[in-house]
Amino acid sequence: MSLITTLARLEAVSRDRAQPAATVRHRHLSDRPLVFVPLTTAGEAGAPLGALVGTDRDAPRLLVVPQPRDRDLRFAFLAELADVVLPYVDSYGEAVEAAERTETDPETGKRVKVEVELCADAPQLIVPSRAGVELVRLLGRSMRFRRTAEEDPQAPFPAPPRVPLLGRWLTHFGERARVPGSSLLLAMTDVLSRHWATGQSSLEDQHLGALLAWIDPPEGRGGAEAARERELARDADGQLLYPPAGPATDPAFDNKLLAPAIEAYDRARSALAAAEDGVEADARLGELTAAERRVRDLVESRTLPTWRAVWQGLDLLRELPEGAHVAERWTRDRWSYTGHRERVLAGEPPQPRRDDPVTAATKLATREREQARLEAQEALDDPLVMAARRLSGEAFAGEVTDVVMTWTESRRPSPRPLVTVRTDDRPHLAEGARVYRSSNGKPQTAELVAREEDGGVLVLRVLDRMGRGREPEPGSVPEKGERLCFTLFEHEPRGGAKLPDPEETPWTHGGPPGEEPAAEPADPVTEEDIL
Amino acid sequence: MPPPRTREKALRHRLAELRGPEVQAKALDARALAALAANPGCRRRAILDGAGVDKARLASALGAPSVFGQSQFAFVRGNAFEAKVKADGGTELLRLAHEKLDRSAEPPAGASVPDLTAQGPEGRAARTALALREATGASGTWTLLDHPMLALDVAGSPAFLEPDAVIVHPDGSWSVVEIKSFPMLDGSADPAKVGAAARQAAVYVLALEEVAARLGPPARVRHRILLVCPKDFSNLPTASAVDVRKQRAVTARQLTRLTRIQEIADALPEDVCFSPELPAEQLAAAVESVPATYAPECLSSCELAFHCRERSREAGAVTCLGRPVRAELGGLSTVGEVLAAARGEAGDPEDPVVAALRRAAALRAEALAAREVAGCR
Repeated sequence: MSLITTLARLEAVSRDRAQPAATVRHRHLSDRPLVFVPLTTAGEAGAPLGALVGTDRDAPRLLVVPQPRDRDLRFAFLAELADVVLPYVDSYGEAVEAAERTETDPETGKRVKVEVELCADAPQLIVPSRAGVELVRLLGRSMRFRRTAEEDPQAPFPAPPRVPLLGRWLTHFGERARVPGSSLLLAMTDVLSRHWATGQSSLEDQHLGALLAWIDPPEGRGGAEAARERELARDADGQLLYPPAGPATDPAFDNKLLAPAIEAYDRARSALAAAEDGVEADARLGELTAAERRVRDLVESRTLPTWRAVWQGLDLLRELPEGAHVAERWTRDRWSYTGHRERVLAGEPPQPRRDDPVTAATKLATREREQARLEAQEALDDPLVMAARRLSGEAFAGEVTDVVMTWTESRRPSPRPLVTVRTDDRPHLAEGARVYRSSNGKPQTAELVAREEDGGVLVLRVLDRMGRGREPEPGSVPEKGERLCFTLFEHEPRGGAKLPDPEETPWTHGGPPGEEPAAEPADPVTEEDIL
Repeated sequence: MPPPRTREKALRHRLAELRGPEVQAKALDARALAALAANPGCRRRAILDGAGVDKARLASALGAPSVFGQSQFAFVRGNAFEAKVKADGGTELLRLAHEKLDRSAEPPAGASVPDLTAQGPEGRAARTALALREATGASGTWTLLDHPMLALDVAGSPAFLEPDAVIVHPDGSWSVVEIKSFPMLDGSADPAKVGAAARQAAVYVLALEEVAARLGPPARVRHRILLVCPKDFSNLPTASAVDVRKQRAVTARQLTRLTRIQEIADALPEDVCFSPELPAEQLAAAVESVPATYAPECLSSCELAFHCRERSREAGAVTCLGRPVRAELGGLSTVGEVLAAARGEAGDPEDPVVAALRRAAALRAEALAAREVAGCR
């Protein structure tokens, strides 16, 4: 955390309200995001208890597992979830636009451009917190190797159709969420705390309700007090007034409300099973429905406040103007979505349990590259982020005090103007070091020629983007009196060295891939499985 | 100076006074010890734990109840899983221990599971030490100690610890077994949970080493523990050897650093008492008489954290925002001081922290003012 953010947090304490940590929105927000507010059962490795899901803030779909230990009920939940999520995900596959992609020609081995279709937009999943992102991954892992009755008639406990497909999509969302700057799957607490600094620690910012209380406190109340209430206030029965955003539930809720309701449901179910005639069964079915209703009401009462909080967070974020590079990063998300969609349609097997070395290396390289890109782009889009880079000596802003034209000494001289900049910043620069500025949206490079004694006056030689002629193109050379901002980092960072082709994988990384890996087996199932 | 025996007695008496008359001492468990070691400078926690004060009740009496609690679902499942792991005289558990910890040894064919029941924690600890001695002598066999009791000296007072199990290998060495109900998914588990389990196991290793040192020829306590978890989404046990050398070293160091309880007790006024029966103001004053070092990490490990957080916030301590924040701000420790320094109202401009703060404040103000204008070009 930079000193500027720390200062913002301290200001938030003294003003009793969150302070901006960004002046623009650094993440893409879909016009029609799918919000997913899940709850899990304690101690059961993410066994779902229920969820609110949907794209319409006024009409969430409530899904409930009245007895989380019952496999059939869990499958019913997952099948229902698939019925909501998959049509939503598919709906973005229809509209496509033409795009180009560089691919290696399998015959000549050359890099060639190919015309491909890119989905015009992509789905976006929003969960309340980081733990929700982990649950999406976990659910994906638990479902993608399941076998349906159609695929494997012999399998015990076959999964409902479409559940394995949902698993593959959730896995893809979860995997994509690990790429810095991606927006296919967002945790609301992460996005909010990226844009606002609260007067509490980042640990406490994980509580969505408290975080929102700092950013947008109720009329006439202070952030600290409102946040404390959201965190701790309990009613006369000892239940939290503002339930945690999940997916874990409050132990007091589990013990006092949920456990009795689930027990009642179990009793009603065994009573129904033991019913001896139709009339009795009818009456007991009524009891069972009432017991199920009770569990549903409980789950709804704990998810609805979070559902509203997520939408409130979306409203707050939408008030911020979108950063200039956000659309470019969203295009990468669209590529990611399009690519996975194609793999699913081509009938490729689900993502393996463990990546092979080549895939793992590629993923890591991608994440590193995207991290560097994200840092550069956020700074360029947002003066507040740039301020932190200037403070740390990675950028400087100043006024041009002099411009002297010089040329290279070749047969066709090119312009190499010397620009003198006066700055109050203290960049960590040595002579000959490269600096970059944005000129008409493109990065222009310059190098440091000299630095005055006190370090505040820098003489830079501009090196590129001035056209082909002897005279620089108009507007391509800084002018006297202009205020500029140079960065020491590249605006479009290149990744590391290109990875070798899979066939050239060195032995240190397992060597070239052998024959096609065998399809991953399904998880063995036992009586007391939890997912 | 009175002879040590009397001094110890005097301390015990003093701690009982602090706890309040007729109040049962709450035993320290490994989890609490591991958490204690995470914040070794906190005198408040040291004395309250050392005196066996029930911090959860104390926190409720202070009007800042803790939020810890265990869901009965998690409890039931944890117990069911542990029972399953230890079923059949520990056959499956020993098979896992052989496979993951000691492959060169003879595979276990039926283990002896000594009975460890005895009166009170001291009795059980003595019984455990005896069983360990016997098992170490009987070479060539595997022995499983189910819920043994170990004593560890913590800052001058004994803590009784109950590991899930301890295994004596055929070569006479000992291993700690930790059974957890979080899943090991495709061979890996949640690193935060594994870390917590390793810290907890490290405390058991330390306690076992004390027992081992007292044996005739000292026995060897292995530094790789057996972590047993459910496999993937099933209820079948799987295990992994976890090296706890680092956690053991850290915990051992922190335990010796734990501010001596005697010292803290001596510094307290005579009439201080932490009995939850007392009125809230009196309790608050008593708690206030011992300094605390609050940090947000306390929220997940100490029952009194919400009380300390309130106090820390009232005092305007910057540590409320996290330890790294505190580290960044040098000698400035309150929100007021930092903001005054940043605004140029106070502080020495020669101080690098103050200078950096002023630059940061100026840059931030400039960036926020430029919000209307397009980004920095």
